Amino acid sequence: MIPAIEVKQMHKCFGKLQALAGIDLEIKTGEFFALLGPNGAGKTTLINIIAGLTRATSGSARVMGYDVVADYREARRMLGVVPQELVFDPFFTVRETLAIQSGYYGLKNNKSWIDEIIHHLDLADKADANMRTLSGGMKRRVLVAQALVHKPPVIVLDEPTAGVDVELRQGLWRFIRELNRDGHTIVLTTHYLDEAEALCSRVAMLKQGNIVALDSIRNLISGISGCSVRLRLSPDTLPPALQPLMSRCEAEYYILALDEYSQLEQVMAALRTAGSQVLEMQVFQPDLEEVFVKIMGDVEIREAVAVPIT
Amino acid sequence: MTGFLTLLYKELLRFWKVGFQTVFAPMVSTLLYLMIFSHVLDAHVQAYPGVAYTVFMIPGLIMMAVLQNAFANSSSSLIQSKITGNLVFVLLSPLSYQEIFFAYVLASVVRGLAVGLGVYLITYGFFDVSLSSFPWIFIFALMGSALLGALGLIAGIWAEKFDHLATFQNFIILPLTFLSGVFYSIHSLPPFWRGLSHLNPFFYIIDGFRYGFFSTSDISPYISLGIVAMCFLAVSWLTLQMLSTGYKIRQ
Ligand SMILES: Nc1ncnc2c1ncn2[C@@H]1O[C@H](COP(=O)(O)OP(=O)(O)OP(=O)(O)O)[C@@H](O)[C@H]1O
Ligand SMILES: [Mg+2]
Repeated sequence: MIPAIEVKQMHKCFGKLQALAGIDLEIKTGEFFALLGPNGAGKTTLINIIAGLTRATSGSARVMGYDVVADYREARRMLGVVPQELVFDPFFTVRETLAIQSGYYGLKNNKSWIDEIIHHLDLADKADANMRTLSGGMKRRVLVAQALVHKPPVIVLDEPTAGVDVELRQGLWRFIRELNRDGHTIVLTTHYLDEAEALCSRVAMLKQGNIVALDSIRNLISGISGCSVRLRLSPDTLPPALQPLMSRCEAEYYILALDEYSQLEQVMAALRTAGSQVLEMQVFQPDLEEVFVKIMGDVEIREAVAVPIT
Repeated sequence: MTGFLTLLYKELLRFWKVGFQTVFAPMVSTLLYLMIFSHVLDAHVQAYPGVAYTVFMIPGLIMMAVLQNAFANSSSSLIQSKITGNLVFVLLSPLSYQEIFFAYVLASVVRGLAVGLGVYLITYGFFDVSLSSFPWIFIFALMGSALLGALGLIAGIWAEKFDHLATFQNFIILPLTFLSGVFYSIHSLPPFWRGLSHLNPFFYIIDGFRYGFFSTSDISPYISLGIVAMCFLAVSWLTLQMLSTGYKIRQ
């Protein structure tokens, strides 16, 4: 089967800065895929090249088999992109914006699908309001709607939930999931790793323009051994002996990261010695966030660019 | 075809929604020019024998309004979309670069002609400006606004901020317009300047346009039309090159 997205040896330089350093990536049709990485990792740059908004320095990209440069019209017809930046055309209303966008794709009588999108994204009240008058979250919804007007088989969402309230976030993901079930390929970027973990089957992690991890979420998580322990104690202090194991605090809970399950024994012993009483205790499999932190910390990318000290 | 028509429609709607600024205001300023010049100069100057100076100047002023507005339409639309970022909606779409080119140029032509027609209709109420040949008038207005629409695209693609656009306008478009014989017949110029005027493509647009009103011109309208058409082809070729390589807009 033709992959939904196929990227080969993609390099992109902005002057001296290498934003993408040879990306190879294949996303199968029907996948729900996440591109993760810290700020500046190159996620948006990669998406822009796939969408034809930026030209690659070298390498190639295909969408549903169509080269994004040579067969740009077909490639773009296959793709719907929600850009990261909150952009809009202040001259038009929501409905005009969607009708115009759908016209660009050559679709004339698209009203019923546009109505459906407006309904799903909860934009009905604002359908005839000018884009200028919408709140930030509303503008984001219109961006999502614009990406969907032509029912593209491949949908790319670059941080679609940044600045969006909880209710819409849930509504949006429900809608996107439905589209995925109907066979649309979904690629998203997000800094909310729980979101990616709940939705996606496979992720690629980028760091400084390199893919440093590419696997199913299950494999990535089972790849790191050990577990996390969440504790609530009385008195509410962590014994000094356990401080080195602490990964983070959440309200009155202490979260410890253990390399192996056998370390549980030591934890219990330390608590007993300190005279702490355990009020609550849960043992977790590591989550995607832990995998992410570990991978980003572990991988040291040897930089070709030497930074002169002035 | 639907994609092209949609972009054209969007571009037309864009200036029409702010028609007061984009169509009405330039008509008023052109009429102000006309009133001032006619008041000061009518008694003293005669460019063509038997043609009052004001009447001689009207076609020039109309064409100046057409050219300036055609340029303003594509250049300001593009730079606004670039700066606000909503150009991505066009860039993400499967519109070909030729469709983008023709939609922007055609919208510029419509705005240029709308302003030109408006100015003509109002002056018609005050002065006796007869049309000697409508086809010549129309073809020069069309070619002039198309040429400036394409130049506006180049300026809009090249400019990174509004200042750059103003530079393009002040150092290229404005001098070429003012030195093209809007306000005078180049026969009244010293030979050196007359020769120089012949290198200005805008001169041929205005001269040919004026031929349509008075049946007299400095140069045969056929030659002028040929030169203007060549310029349009050259500028269009350059614009299409810029659009197809994504110069500055798909870095
Ligand atoms: N137009 C540009 N000119 C110069 N440098 C750029 C340009 N666009 C991106 N970069 C640089 O390329 C690198 C990758 O940027 P990119 O926007 O792809 O990151 P990202 O992974 O999307 O980050 P974020 O999570 O913040 O959105 C960054 O160092 C950025 O500064
Ligand atoms: Mg980004």
